[in-house]
Order: sequence, then C-alpha cells, then structure tokens
Amino acid sequence: MKVAIIKYNAGNITSVAFALQRLGINPEITDDPELIKSSDKVIFPGVGEASTTMNYLRLKKLNQLIPELKQPVLGICLGMQLMCNYSMEGKTPCIGIFDELIEKFPAKEKVPHVGWNTISNLKGDLFKNIPDNSYVYFVHSYFANESQYSIANSNYIKPFTAAMQKENFYATQFHPERSGKIGVLILKNFIEL
Amino acid sequence: MLAKRIIPCLDIKNGQTVKGIEFESLKTVGDPVELGKYYSDNGADELVFLDITATHEKRKTLVELVHRIAKEINIPFTVGGGISTIEDAEAILSAGADKISVNSAAINKPELISEIAQKFGRQFIVLAIDAKLENNEWIVYKNGGRIKTELELFSWAKQVERLGCGEILFTSMNHDGTKNGFALEPLKWLAENLNIPVIASGGAGSIKDFENVFSYSNVEAALAASVFHYREIEIRKLKRQLSLHDISVRD
Repeated sequence: MKVAIIKYNAGNITSVAFALQRLGINPEITDDPELIKSSDKVIFPGVGEASTTMNYLRLKKLNQLIPELKQPVLGICLGMQLMCNYSMEGKTPCIGIFDELIEKFPAKEKVPHVGWNTISNLKGDLFKNIPDNSYVYFVHSYFANESQYSIANSNYIKPFTAAMQKENFYATQFHPERSGKIGVLILKNFIEL
Repeated sequence: MLAKRIIPCLDIKNGQTVKGIEFESLKTVGDPVELGKYYSDNGADELVFLDITATHEKRKTLVELVHRIAKEINIPFTVGGGISTIEDAEAILSAGADKISVNSAAINKPELISEIAQKFGRQFIVLAIDAKLENNEWIVYKNGGRIKTELELFSWAKQVERLGCGEILFTSMNHDGTKNGFALEPLKWLAENLNIPVIASGGAGSIKDFENVFSYSNVEAALAASVFHYREIEIRKLKRQLSLHDISVRD
C-alpha cells in the first residue's frame, strides 16, 4: 500500500505521518505530482490559514493536481476547507471539489471550536464500525454547512458538516490523527477503501 | 455536544517527568512518553508537557522528546516552558506538537503572541497566566511565579485575547498545590468575559473540585498534575462522576 501525504506548509503533517506509521504504513510525504498520482491513497492534511496555503498550492500547481486524482483522497481540517469552492478566511477561492462555502463561526461565541465533540448521521465506508455520537477532536474557526456531501455532522453554535464525500474525495473537519481510538479506526477505514 | 476536557500536566526536566509518579504498571516511571501514553489510553482528553528546565542548551532535548511523544500519542498535546521565539515555536510544531503554551515571553514581548498566531494560527497558541490574589487584585507573575509584574489578570487576559491567542490556561498561585479546589471566581469571570476557551488550573484535590469548577464556571477544561500522578483521582472514574452530574465528557 502506497500512501502519499501531500507536502506543503501544513502544521499537522508530522502527526498524520505518525498516525499512519502506527497503522503499519510508511507514508511518502511529497509534493511530486508523479509520486502523488501513482499512490494508492492520498492524504491532504491541513492546519494553517486559507489564503496563504492556497497561494502555496497554486505555486506548486497542486490546486490542479488534487481534483484530477482518481484514487481515494482524504482532506483533513483546512485540507477539507480548501477542497471546497470558497473560504471566507482571507476571502479565498479554493480548489472547488465540493461546491460549498466555508464560513466563520459568529464572533460573539467562543472561537476557535476546540476540543472533543460528537459526530452523528454517519454514512459510508469511512465510518464503518464507528458508533453514532462518537467523540472526535476539532480545532477550527471556519466551517461548512450541512449539505448533500455531508457524511457526518456535528454541532457547535450551529449544526455543521463534520465530514464530506464526493466520489473518491473524502474530507473531515476534525483531526482523525488526534482523535484517539476512534480516529485510528477512521484512518484505518480510509486506508482499506 | 462539546465535551469538557480533562488534562493531566506533566513536568519535564532533562527529558524525564519530575513529580513523583506512582504507576506500578509503567516500565520506566520517569519516561514522559510512556506516562503520556498511559494517560491517553486511560481517558485523558489532552496532555500538557511543561519543560521546567527550559534553558537554551536543553532545547534540543525537548524537541527530540516532542518528536517521541508525537510518534506514540494519538490525542492532542501542548508543550510549554521557555518558548520565547518564533523559531522555538516552529521547532516544536514541526516535531509534532499540536499547541504551545507561552507565559513569561509574552509578558516580556506581547507582540510575540500575534506573530505566532499569524504564522501558525491562533489555535496553536495557549497563553498561560499565573496570578496571585493580593489586596483584592489578581496580580500576574512571571518566570514560574518568581517575579511579580505590573499586570492585572483580567486586563492581561483581554489583551492576550486581542493579540490572538487561542486559549487561556489560568493558574491561581493561591490555590496551586493546596488541593482545596480551583479558583472559582476568577475562572468564572474569565470564562464569561473571553471569547476563547479557558483551562482551569491549580487546586484540584478531589472529584468534587472538578464538578464545582465545571458547574460554577463555564471553563472548557480543567488541568491537574499530582492528583492524577499519585492516582488519587482516576480519570475514567472522574469522568463517570462528572457525567452523573450532567457535565458532558468524552467517555
């Protein structure tokens, strides 16, 4: 099994790589298009700011590569947000795999949404054997609304999308690499897709 | 529903945990990685590692340690102690830490908070504040509680929120080590008046103390060290009790 983690200035690359190693997989951290294309699975991590990150992805032409991938792709946190159309963070046009807008949580409430929250309405193979209302770890100030793509929902201030899917593209707003045993199962499910 | 977090804090000196630890099941009692793993397997929601050596020469040891922790642990962890530059923060982030905790360096140079927040996101920076109640005023201390500052807790907390920190970890020096419970009043004020999460620290002695802090104030998390290390409180049991009192926790 060849797993590529897309290399860019995302803060959680190390943790994602370690999480895969704990599953017995040695991922390749790379921005080489050929290597990414030839992998069995691709992970698009993300911690950081949307506009800076998109600029970097454009520079490396990764914004063109990612939507063309045919194998299962998993976006995490900012990775998920950048797979949408547009982010209000830095007013940033994004990759546009999911036709969704990324909005900011209202400033009157405690933002970022940090901590363990439950996910429900779980759908599809990514959540195989994951019980409804399992706790996973979130850290984010921006979110996507529930939509046709939602395969898991959560609620903080308002209901929002905790995970989405369109064809071979999967994405989670939470951090499976930091979500304890449940996170391990979700990553394992992704690897076994 | 967002769960209240229970956070054990591990003090590190020269790569080893320093407070006496009474876990017979652990092979290497002083190894922070093994202890962190024990906690993460036994209900902790997050871990804080505080490097109390924190001298410049020891930095490298800390970065290597963070790397080892990140390799083994699948819950979020924060690293603090002597972080005073963007470079320190970056080294710890790339070694795999989820957050850093900054205290004295932010007092000496408040713009450090915005610099770190801009570069790595505000979720990455936890601002630790140690304060002591003196003549009805909460005075902020720095350098591990050794040096008194001119700052007052509430205005300092508002200021660091504006500068861009993602969470506040407040330790009451009057309560720390007493095991008589958390400093409820200032915690209530902080949790009500800030728009970022607040972590309560200092004074945990019993399960009741955790119940009290979560029911009295709207803090998001509570941190403790010795009651967990000496097994006076078991995290799973603590969480069962909290959920009986309708405090939502991750099971």
